[in-house]
Amino acid sequence: MSFETRKWNQIQVGEALPELSFDVDTTSIVAGAMASRDYTPVHHDRKLAQAQGLQDIIMNTYTTQGLVVRFVTDWAGIDAVVKHMKVKLGVPTLPGQTLKVNGSVAEKDESQGTVLVNVTGTNSWGDHVTGSVTIALPKGA
Amino acid sequence: MTLDPRKKQELEAKIQSYVGVESVVGTASDLVNEPMIRHWCEAMGDDNPAYLDPNRAKDSVHRGIVAPPPMLEAWVMPGIRPEWTLSVEELEAQGRTIHKQAELMNVLTEYGYSGVVGTDIEHGFERYLKPGDQVSATLRIEDVSEEKATALGIGYFVTVKRSFRDQNGDEVGWNRFRILKFWPAEQPAAASNDAAPSANPTRLQPPRGHDNVWWWDAVDAGKLLIQKCDSCNTLRHPPRPMCGECQSLDWSGVEASGKGTVYSFTVLHHPKFPGFDYPFAAALIELEEGTRIVSNVLGCDPADVYIGMPVQVSVEQVDEATKLPIFRPVK
Repeated sequence: MSFETRKWNQIQVGEALPELSFDVDTTSIVAGAMASRDYTPVHHDRKLAQAQGLQDIIMNTYTTQGLVVRFVTDWAGIDAVVKHMKVKLGVPTLPGQTLKVNGSVAEKDESQGTVLVNVTGTNSWGDHVTGSVTIALPKGA
Repeated sequence: MTLDPRKKQELEAKIQSYVGVESVVGTASDLVNEPMIRHWCEAMGDDNPAYLDPNRAKDSVHRGIVAPPPMLEAWVMPGIRPEWTLSVEELEAQGRTIHKQAELMNVLTEYGYSGVVGTDIEHGFERYLKPGDQVSATLRIEDVSEEKATALGIGYFVTVKRSFRDQNGDEVGWNRFRILKFWPAEQPAAASNDAAPSANPTRLQPPRGHDNVWWWDAVDAGKLLIQKCDSCNTLRHPPRPMCGECQSLDWSGVEASGKGTVYSFTVLHHPKFPGFDYPFAAALIELEEGTRIVSNVLGCDPADVYIGMPVQVSVEQVDEATKLPIFRPVK
């Protein structure tokens, strides 16, 4: 990943971003939970998660948000500034699944120099997360 | 079982009193720092040099290492023993207090709404955090919904906005979480082997398929609908794809007035299925619109039900997992 910055002027509404495919296992879920200092048992304790009716531990929302933002900045580059994010959470994500994040440019705002990207993250059960991220980018030539 | 009406009223008065309440969440115990940023990036697989490479970050718009924006709340997370898991004595001994959102969550748990799940998240970022920043947070409970029936169970949606400030008191970002605090519905039981059987069995769930899910969704929303043929306007119930009069496949749902009369009925004493209070009247109700529906007549002694009795529908929570249109005598 070069993280070379995309310029606002180069971007077309409708442009699709490269897919982010994230293989989920127990380790990655626990790592995401610990990195966000989220010690809620359903994100690391399988027995407790199952006692609550879940099949296994589930990805925490901060990891989901981290991956949604990563998906956009992987594409937009080092100078992208994330301004806003709004997501709806759907089915949980469990070990053994692959979370595939896709999206495309939905809007450009010239006065703000911002781009709004629609994002969907799906796994084998359906939509895990849907929403949008707004970033500011340098204007470019 | 759901709460009895008096208990429910008591709970709702309590939880509604939290709307508009503000509370201090706390101040980060660690300043924003590169090791925690690196651990985050490792977990997310995020290689953005703005977070990791001092040289490239210095030449970027960020002018140095910055923290990933979605880490915002991580800086003020309470750690391995959050306040709301401690007893009053432990809180006192440690000189800690519980914030208002946690207090509200505890009230709901106490009344049986033990499940919790996030449904919507919104984040606004005013500026990126840099190593050395110290974050503190406050929250405001924006909304507590009415009781809602959801796929997970009945519950209340709670909306909380957090505001994050730096060491100078300037806002660096905010977030808004919508959380469902629910009474867990019967689960297909991954762990039912060790779990005690429920004291209050729920009824068999009505099968929901392509052709009738719209009708049950309306029931969940408190409405009784009747299917109407779009071609010849004939009403029909129960829901099905084709009009019996004109064979049209076009239809819509219209809301019933809910007024009707008992067309026929029977009183059930035996056999006793779990989840029902015996004896009860199973009745065929003729709605004033003309269609008929099978339901129960509650609110009077089953022996007092008679053919022609005027009744009125109300959609009721009959157990923790089931809402049904129930009919009661018109006084």
